[in-house]
Amino acid sequence: MAVAKLSQIPLPKTAASPNQRRLRALRHNPMAMIGLFIILFWAVAAVIAPFTSMRDPLAQMIGDRLKPPSSQYLFGTDELGRDVFSRVIYGARISLPIGFIVIIFAMTMGSLVGASAGYIGGMYDLLVMRLADITLAFPSIVLALAIAAVLGPSITNALIAMVLVWWPEYARLMRSQVLSVKNNEYVTAAVAIGIPGSRILTHHILPNTFAPILVKASLDAGSAILNIAALSFIGLGAVPPTPEWGAMISTGRYQFYSWWLTTFPGLAILLVVLGYNFFGEGVRDSFDPRMT
Amino acid sequence: MSLIQHLTRRLLLMIPMAIGITLLLFVVTHIVPVNPLAVILTERSMDDPDAVKAATEKWALDKPLPEQYLIYLKNLLQGDMGTSFKTKNPVASDLKNFLPATIELSIGSFIFAILIGLPLGIISAIKAGSFIDQFTRVISLLGASMPPFWSGLLMLFVFYYKLGWAPGPGRINSRLGAPESVTGLFVFDSLLKGNMPAFWNSLSHLVLPSIILGWFTLALIARITRSSMLEVLSQDYIRTARAKGLAEKWVIISHALRNTLIPLVTLVGLAFAGLMSGAIMTETIFSWPGIGRYAVEAAANLDYPAIAGVTLLIAIIYMLVNIFVDALYTIIDPRIREG
Repeated sequence: MAVAKLSQIPLPKTAASPNQRRLRALRHNPMAMIGLFIILFWAVAAVIAPFTSMRDPLAQMIGDRLKPPSSQYLFGTDELGRDVFSRVIYGARISLPIGFIVIIFAMTMGSLVGASAGYIGGMYDLLVMRLADITLAFPSIVLALAIAAVLGPSITNALIAMVLVWWPEYARLMRSQVLSVKNNEYVTAAVAIGIPGSRILTHHILPNTFAPILVKASLDAGSAILNIAALSFIGLGAVPPTPEWGAMISTGRYQFYSWWLTTFPGLAILLVVLGYNFFGEGVRDSFDPRMT
Repeated sequence: MSLIQHLTRRLLLMIPMAIGITLLLFVVTHIVPVNPLAVILTERSMDDPDAVKAATEKWALDKPLPEQYLIYLKNLLQGDMGTSFKTKNPVASDLKNFLPATIELSIGSFIFAILIGLPLGIISAIKAGSFIDQFTRVISLLGASMPPFWSGLLMLFVFYYKLGWAPGPGRINSRLGAPESVTGLFVFDSLLKGNMPAFWNSLSHLVLPSIILGWFTLALIARITRSSMLEVLSQDYIRTARAKGLAEKWVIISHALRNTLIPLVTLVGLAFAGLMSGAIMTETIFSWPGIGRYAVEAAANLDYPAIAGVTLLIAIIYMLVNIFVDALYTIIDPRIREG
């Protein structure tokens, strides 16, 4: 009788970790997948834009100003005779990453501050969280408007303004997470066996706090894009001739009767924000069913 | 803790917050690389030493920053928010002139949001999964994803230019002129004075911007009402009400609805923040002379006193709204007070 070699005995499948379970749920969430598809669609369009035979988004064809959409100019041309279609596509190269960048920065900054405040406590906690409270006393776009105005109009400054008004939300969330995880028995155990504080924070506490932060981040990305577009619309973000959607609508509104100047960039914003919102809601549903 | 004590505590806590807010605003408006003199003075008077000296003295620009802050705070306590660089008026009186338009618009959009959002939320909970439910979902998603500065333009194009159903931008037809001012709310004032043409005209001007501004709030209300109603409908006392043979209509109206509305109260603060953010864009599109548009113009002109003033005003109102919401919540649901 042949004796089965040890390697042939099937190992019991290890139970999926919570994160694996969440990812699997996410992959089977139709809303999240539709959102992801929209985002990827725009991402691909943005990346390949220079390699397709599209017109230069800055090239002015003076003879063809304010032409309505036609087979020659799919989305028409603007007041300087620039092709609106290629400006909309090139606009994705700005708006798409910027929502991402704002959220990544705000999340990182807020999480660091919130985690350290919750872990260290004392005077540091008090001061930092009061600063967060004060910042949150303003409706975010109002304070962002003031900051962006002071810094001067540019897309980078609009980005800085958004991060500065947005980090406190993450700091608050992270702090409460750390405070609730801090008192778990496995943390007490880690302290008891003499693991240094910084390692406890990075290896034992933080990994167990991320789910709600990620959920919030994915729900916020759409608003970040909307807000940056709003700042550009007001004239505090991207400056002409940059093909940015908010700025395009802003200059387009002076040619009120040439509806295509504002309609298409607006649809682009709507579609991208919808994509992010779909994805965000999907993430929330699969990561934290209680939050729905 | 009694309600009065609770409220007093919240109001007292507002003082350090308000000081913090002014400090933050002061820092934001003063760490600028731009020379504020260049904004105050015309290019020609920049060369005039007398004009420069007078301006510097007036704004205390030569004093160290902490001293400038104290001067700013002292003036604030006396109701002096400085003078706008651009309009040359005191910021406080500018704000007083611009605020009523925003209040009127906010009331209009709140009414729109509640009138549409509440029934949509209730129906989509009662008939979960139905066509109305899906429709509500789409409306809410659009509300959260549409840039208001774009949807406003689109509405104007369709309903004003193409169809001619709605009046153009502004608060009232310039031919009629502003009605005699009592509260500064055109619709209310003209009704009070029996000026019917002005009433109908200002009311019709209010419709489009209210829809655009209220859409975001509508989305919030419909969503929260739906989920709150769904939760209430699964409670035991609803089953009891149904079991004793009460008509479904009365189960909803007299048993479920009241408890559904509680979470909506907490929403008001959030909705207010949304209104203010939306007002900035909506007022710009509809040439609506409110504080949102004032803020945008101040920002565009680097008018620091005006920026600080309007931002401060919005923050203070926002704080008061949150305290009000808190008080309302404690009255409706006394368990909060004890917790």
